[in-house]
Amino acid sequence: MKNLLTIQDLRVYYYLREGAVRAVDGVSFFMKRGETVGLVGESGSGKSTLGLSILKLVSSPGKIVSGKILFNGNDIAGWNEKKMRLLRGSRISMVFQDPMTSLNPLMRIEEHLVETIRTHQKIPKAEAKKKASLLLNEVGIPPERGGDYPHQFSGGMRQRIGIALAIALNPDLLIADEFTSSLDVIVQFQILNLMKKLKASHQMGLIFISHDISLVSEIADRIALMYAGQIVEFAPADIFFSEPLHPYSEGLLNSVPNIELSDQKLNYIPGMPPDLVRPPDGCRFYPRCPYGEDICRRKEPPLVQIEKEHMVKCFRYDGKKSRT
Amino acid sequence: MKYSISRFIVSNIIKNIFPRKGTEYFVLVGFILVLLIILMAIFAPFIAPYDPIKKVGEILERPSGKFLLGTDGLGRDVLSRIIFGARTAVLVTFLAVSISLSFGVLLGLLSGYTGGKFDTVFSLVMDAMYSFPGLILAIVLAAMLGPGILNTAMAIAVIYTPTYFRMVRGLVLSLKESLFVEAARAIGAKDRTIVFKYIFPNVISSIPIVLSLNAADAVLTLAALSFLGLGLPAPTPDWGFDLRAGHAYLASRIWWPSTFPGLMIVILTLGFSLLGEGLNEILNPELRR
Amino acid sequence: MERKVELKVVNLKKYFPVQKSFLERLLSGKIEYVQAVNRISFEVRRGEVFGLVGESGCGKTTTGRLITRLIEPTEGKIIFKGEDVTFIQGERLREFRKYVQIIFQNPYASLNPRMRIGEATAHPLEIHGIATGERKKKMVFEMLEKVGLEPAKKFYDLYPFELSGGQRQRVAIARAMILNPELVVADEPISMIDVSLRAKILELMLMLKEERNLTYVFITHDLAVAKYISDWIGIMYLGEIVEIGRKEQIFSTPYHPYTKALLSAIPVPDPKREKKDIKLKGEVPSSINPPSGCRFHPRCSFAKDKCSNLKPSLKMVDKDHYVACHLY
Repeated sequence: MKNLLTIQDLRVYYYLREGAVRAVDGVSFFMKRGETVGLVGESGSGKSTLGLSILKLVSSPGKIVSGKILFNGNDIAGWNEKKMRLLRGSRISMVFQDPMTSLNPLMRIEEHLVETIRTHQKIPKAEAKKKASLLLNEVGIPPERGGDYPHQFSGGMRQRIGIALAIALNPDLLIADEFTSSLDVIVQFQILNLMKKLKASHQMGLIFISHDISLVSEIADRIALMYAGQIVEFAPADIFFSEPLHPYSEGLLNSVPNIELSDQKLNYIPGMPPDLVRPPDGCRFYPRCPYGEDICRRKEPPLVQIEKEHMVKCFRYDGKKSRT
Repeated sequence: MKYSISRFIVSNIIKNIFPRKGTEYFVLVGFILVLLIILMAIFAPFIAPYDPIKKVGEILERPSGKFLLGTDGLGRDVLSRIIFGARTAVLVTFLAVSISLSFGVLLGLLSGYTGGKFDTVFSLVMDAMYSFPGLILAIVLAAMLGPGILNTAMAIAVIYTPTYFRMVRGLVLSLKESLFVEAARAIGAKDRTIVFKYIFPNVISSIPIVLSLNAADAVLTLAALSFLGLGLPAPTPDWGFDLRAGHAYLASRIWWPSTFPGLMIVILTLGFSLLGEGLNEILNPELRR
Repeated sequence: MERKVELKVVNLKKYFPVQKSFLERLLSGKIEYVQAVNRISFEVRRGEVFGLVGESGCGKTTTGRLITRLIEPTEGKIIFKGEDVTFIQGERLREFRKYVQIIFQNPYASLNPRMRIGEATAHPLEIHGIATGERKKKMVFEMLEKVGLEPAKKFYDLYPFELSGGQRQRVAIARAMILNPELVVADEPISMIDVSLRAKILELMLMLKEERNLTYVFITHDLAVAKYISDWIGIMYLGEIVEIGRKEQIFSTPYHPYTKALLSAIPVPDPKREKKDIKLKGEVPSSINPPSGCRFHPRCSFAKDKCSNLKPSLKMVDKDHYVACHLY
């Protein structure tokens, strides 16, 4: 099967007074049609920047410095704003943590939907309206509430509206950035289930960006774990959770309380993430790594291919060394 | 905000000409200007070549070796008068700013922290004062109080008290609700401790900025009062008064008795403005990051 | 052996008046209240951790602030070590603060930005006149080292903005612990800290508890965290406690439909796990006009007629295990 999205050696820097912040620094991953990639990382790891750069929405002083973004086989990294605008919303769309910020408070939600549909599809208003009510029904909002204004909806309902808007044009790829973070667990669970259902019915690829690794495990087919602007491990989800390879993956999984386990011993990763203006020369995780060796300090580790679809950026798995 | 013509101009100059590093230089230049004038005021008797209130030459002599900046309409040395005029300007500005600062900050802290009826009354009074055109208020008060250093300073202070009050009260209102104040209550701190150790230090950093900008404005207000004859009694050397006295001769191309006092007003105002605008960035460690 | 009861909360209630504009007050004439906490009761024993769990707006934070006497209760009783502290004031309240401390959720806001770390940690000692001069400084150094801010000498002179979130939270813990309190209310102390550092804060809190025989009321929205740290768990919904019990009981045999829903909604970092489903309608209603009877009934799939009329009270279902539901 052809890849829906392939990112190759993408670099996105923010040019600040203190220097260039290497928010995304040499990132590569891929996904197939209909798959979900869980893009996981802590705050400041570059996961949101990566999400925005796929839509080329990184705003100044941020800039895509180099790399390829192959979407359906076309490298969109070099596309101009006009071409991107046609792509955004229709082929790739995005949902945010707070959908209120992207909704006009003076427009009924039905109007929002109709407008979104009609900017990309030249269809009569009545038809668009019919489509809008189908969409509302699909995301679990009674269509008769289409005449209500955004502020009349609760947090979970607004998130459903955000989803309806994002999928209105049947995109191939949906990017969701921390989009359930402001919701309570039960509503989050319901929204997540809705998302799974829609993904299957629309054959849609999903990039699910979150800091919450437990949440990501509920939906992702592949995991891309980011640390300090780089993907340190990219693996099929079940392998990632059962057999994490990168020391950071291992550390992170051991630091998350798991409700299924009794008498769990939690661990933590000492230290703090590096400054992305002046990252360490070698491996960026070296200062916090329990297995660090001299070479890690001097050289940047390569992205080692463990299996066909499993990559780790760590010297421990580099050819000559055996797995310990 | 109200103290704003000089601030507007200066902040625009800073932002346009020196977009980044400029602020440090501006503070330095402002500081030097203000310091020079203060030194001038302190050491006036030693610097000034003549007695500023005595007739020492012919009237309206051109600038020359004998009278560097010429003489005025009463034959007094212009240079000596502007040197001694610095005393008036610095003293009145200092008094006016101190009075308004003390009252404004204290009342603002008290009113904001206690809240309730007390706060409502004070806020209403201060708002009424604030909404009144400053110069007119000063003119009325100056006319009522009569001439004199302290009276003039008080007339000017009244204009700026509400500025401090409103700024401080506004900050106190939001700080009072902040988590670190609640945390202070949780460790058992008394109200007095909370006001002076938790709220005041977070207010104080905003004061120097407003203070310098108010001082700049106060210099102008003093000049205006003096210009209108409501300032200090003659023959006290006073830039505003001298500007007024000298401007009558401008038509006869006799420029020196008015230009030099005017220039001094500009320099001191500019000095304070630069200082205030620059401090605005430098005094906030978080802003600088 | 039964441990001594450290804190007892009886029918505690807190209603906040709803802020309205002048015009609204003129038109309606009625004062409305947010029923943030509605008649809750529980006990916490010395040396144990009571986890207070609930979703946002359930009143758990208000409960924490009530217990620490940062806000005045509307009704009810707070009994600390057998003494009624519900309405104490002045010196007695200040004395109470030596024994009962709080750690807030947001370490970015809970420290005075103009106070150096050393000063902030030392301040409780000054306020209560416990130590001055060199002795005070020594105590602060020890405390900073204990919470892992080493070298203490370096941190002593730093300002909060120079610290990371995790480090700030440790300062907040140091400040709370320096008075050697007996009861510490921790209000979501790790939710604003990076995932990889959270466990370190939890470990620190547990270490201090063991060392000093502390009692914690640990407020959290995250059942997984509550499970890790607590001995007892109380589940709150819309201002009321719906279930209370020992940790093992809550997790092995939850009774209340809401507890069950919460448990199955918690994400688990294991994609192979069988996915559960929850039968729960809608979202949490407003606490200004909460539902009649059982506040959970509009969302409950087991609701009977009785549930909408009669408020269920906490009933014992097992030893130490109580639930407020008409099903039992």
